[in-house]
Amino acid sequence: MSAMSIPMPLRKPAAKRGAAPVAGLFCALIVLVAIFAPWIAPYDPDALDPLNAHAPLSARHLLGTDDLGRDLFSRLIHGARTSLAGPLIVILAAGTAGAILAITAAWFGGWFDALISRTLDVLFAFPGLVLAITVAALFGSGFVTPVAALSLAFVPVIARVMRAAALRERNLPYIEALRVQGFSGWHICVRHLVPNLAPLLMVQAAIGFGYAMIDLASISFLGLGLQPPAADWGLMIANGQPSILAGFPQQSIAAAVAVVITVVAFTAVAERLATRFGGDHAPVR
Amino acid sequence: MLQFDDLRLRVGGTPILRGVTLEVAAGEAVGLVGESGSGKSMTVKSVVRLLPPGSRTEGAVRFDGVDVSSLDAAGLRRMRSRDVAMVFQDPRAVVNPVRTIGDFLTEVLRDQGVGRTEATRRAARALSEVGIGDAVRRLHQRPYELSGGLLQRVVIAAALLTGPRLILADEPTTALDVTTQEEVVAILNEQRAARQVALMFITHDLELAAAVCDRIAVMYAGEIVEVLPAAALHAGARHPYTRALLNSRPGAVAPGERLRTVPGVPQSALTAPPGCVFADRCPHAEARCREVRPVFDGSAACHLLEAR
Amino acid sequence: MTRASLLAGGHQPDPAALAEIRARYHLDDPFPVQYWHWLSGLLSGDPGTSMVLKEPVTALIGARIGNTVLLVAYAGLLILLLGVTAGVVAAVGGRRVDQALTVITTVLMAAPAFVAAILLIWLFATTLSWFPVYGSGTGFTDRIHHLTLPALALSGGYLAYVSRITRTEVRAELAADHVAAARVRGLPRWTVLRRHVLRNAAPPIVAVSGVTVAGLFAATAVAEQAFGVAGLGSLLVQSAARQDMVVVQALSLLLVTVFVLVNMLVDVLNAVLDPRLARAGAV
Repeated sequence: MSAMSIPMPLRKPAAKRGAAPVAGLFCALIVLVAIFAPWIAPYDPDALDPLNAHAPLSARHLLGTDDLGRDLFSRLIHGARTSLAGPLIVILAAGTAGAILAITAAWFGGWFDALISRTLDVLFAFPGLVLAITVAALFGSGFVTPVAALSLAFVPVIARVMRAAALRERNLPYIEALRVQGFSGWHICVRHLVPNLAPLLMVQAAIGFGYAMIDLASISFLGLGLQPPAADWGLMIANGQPSILAGFPQQSIAAAVAVVITVVAFTAVAERLATRFGGDHAPVR
Repeated sequence: MLQFDDLRLRVGGTPILRGVTLEVAAGEAVGLVGESGSGKSMTVKSVVRLLPPGSRTEGAVRFDGVDVSSLDAAGLRRMRSRDVAMVFQDPRAVVNPVRTIGDFLTEVLRDQGVGRTEATRRAARALSEVGIGDAVRRLHQRPYELSGGLLQRVVIAAALLTGPRLILADEPTTALDVTTQEEVVAILNEQRAARQVALMFITHDLELAAAVCDRIAVMYAGEIVEVLPAAALHAGARHPYTRALLNSRPGAVAPGERLRTVPGVPQSALTAPPGCVFADRCPHAEARCREVRPVFDGSAACHLLEAR
Repeated sequence: MTRASLLAGGHQPDPAALAEIRARYHLDDPFPVQYWHWLSGLLSGDPGTSMVLKEPVTALIGARIGNTVLLVAYAGLLILLLGVTAGVVAAVGGRRVDQALTVITTVLMAAPAFVAAILLIWLFATTLSWFPVYGSGTGFTDRIHHLTLPALALSGGYLAYVSRITRTEVRAELAADHVAAARVRGLPRWTVLRRHVLRNAAPPIVAVSGVTVAGLFAATAVAEQAFGVAGLGSLLVQSAARQDMVVVQALSLLLVTVFVLVNMLVDVLNAVLDPRLARAGAV
């Protein structure tokens, strides 16, 4: 269940041809829902109504209510916020750090490259989930801790691919030519190397988003992420588990479906990007 | 023993062979010569039905009078394992890289019910027959431990091992170093001649074909344009294409002179015109050459020769 | 609440008791010193005592490691048997079979372990009652019975992944020249498949399966927690929630060690399967 080990939906046929635009529209929709959640949701996600607990699906409550009578549809809509923001932060942080490490390592080479590469190797041996749990034990649960831990776990994943690409690019004749013309290393990196590697980084980030989302949802599910009464998809799945045994599976199922569809949609878009920009989009490990 | 009877082949609608008629007698060696893409390889592969997916054939290939396309799976397997053996271009690609030489040599025998000890004994003998010393050690080696020339000899040994009556050799020396090419061909020919095994030998090299074979068939754009006895290659070549090929050999010009080539671009079976396939490049082409397709009369397909 | 007062378990702890606790767990020492206490203990074979459960870590792990190993073995077996079989069948079974299996693996791949767990609990708690949805069981048969659903939840995505890789590798080998050559030599279909296709496709499949199984140890956290199995994964999660660092450190170290060891084992196995690797000095 970690970034390094989870085999996620890569190269699925759904990502082929016709599915990508649909998936893209869905992603846009989810993002809009997350942004405008307070205006879209019909109820306050935290409003308790104990007399109306476990209400069935109806026109008033589209997905029914949970064990405390909270409207599940509203909670699902609000849940999109943290469920999307988490992986987004992970990817931005890990992508930036990974790219900088990769490019500096490839550019300077020698002992500096060796130092960075070996450090990343060690970090790579740490499954992301175990790292996140350990960090949660140290700094407590919540939103920030798992996101920070997972960002750290994703750095070697992205940096490894980027370093290989940066090394290839750095050895191309045009870099040598620029040097001969007297351009500074900084200029060459920023004006040539980074722009040329940007598409690959984008693809890596898009693919990593799905993994990060699943890992964060797993951590929430384990009770080490956001705490009740927060509306978060992973947490909703875990909180709904006792209700399943009582015969009210809506909460867990709805949240689980939301996670799966979102991950599939984002991965399908990532796949499309990968085929468009080429590049090495092999799954991490 | 082997007959191609107006064999036509299309792969996914693209014509590859446009009517191949040829006979190979028992014990005879026939060279199949032509430029890349002329259909030599497909002609030979159609004997063992090793055709790409989406292939459709017309006409027939008969082995011992039986149309190979009518064979069921068991019959095809029997023919492949007992009657016909194949030697490919690149031995590196055709010998399973993770298994030993011994495995490669004995697996067909073992499948035919020969005991392990007996199969190994025969494999070792076959290796020494193709000039590989220290056979017992070789049996335990793996393909990457052998040179290309040595590995091709192993492939030849494997082909001879099951006692076939026909060997199909598809450019068996192209992938080898120049220095080992002659040796490998010599061993192949010597061994198959000693056993009276028929041979179909594909090559680009007219001289090599003439040295090894009894007869030579020249192919162009998916058809056979001329068949002639190897001994009469220089004196007897009549078709303009065969003559152009002979003239374009480096040995055909005096040292220092510019090498001659066959003018124009090789025709493919796909874009073959309604008339003679060689008409566009032929120095002697006439009007009817471009309009009417010449009939293969058993030795050549050319209007100009009929007129003479 | 400070960690010492947490350990004392009361809301208004007696200052003397607090001081005693702080001294016992070296809580007043700077972090590097605390770390050194832990590390030196670990190296001498004693990972310490749980601050919360007041039990030696070795005892906590010993009581649960059996369940986790059994769960990983069960899931690993499912992954290898079903995943590889499905991959081979998809590669050689023709279009229809291939498409059907592609749909199944796509669905499986999209469902992470916690989602699979929820669906299985829903199905087996309400409709079918073939397998228990909670607890670890006692005795071998009962434990296997209890671990079936966790193993299924754990293996789903990995199984689909291994199946995909197997299909790709077998396809690639089927197209190889040496396989065509083996066919032309008149070998039976099954012999060609076994001796040439599967044998040659084995190294990458073993590599992927090995990495997958290594990853299972970390992934048990979700499956064990969802199904209430008393194993190392659920111990890790619960200890993290209690901020029981002694246990968390020991467990994460153990899990990472196992992860690295299994990966090394796979490399060695691969070198045996593919002699070319051994020659290239990949080990």
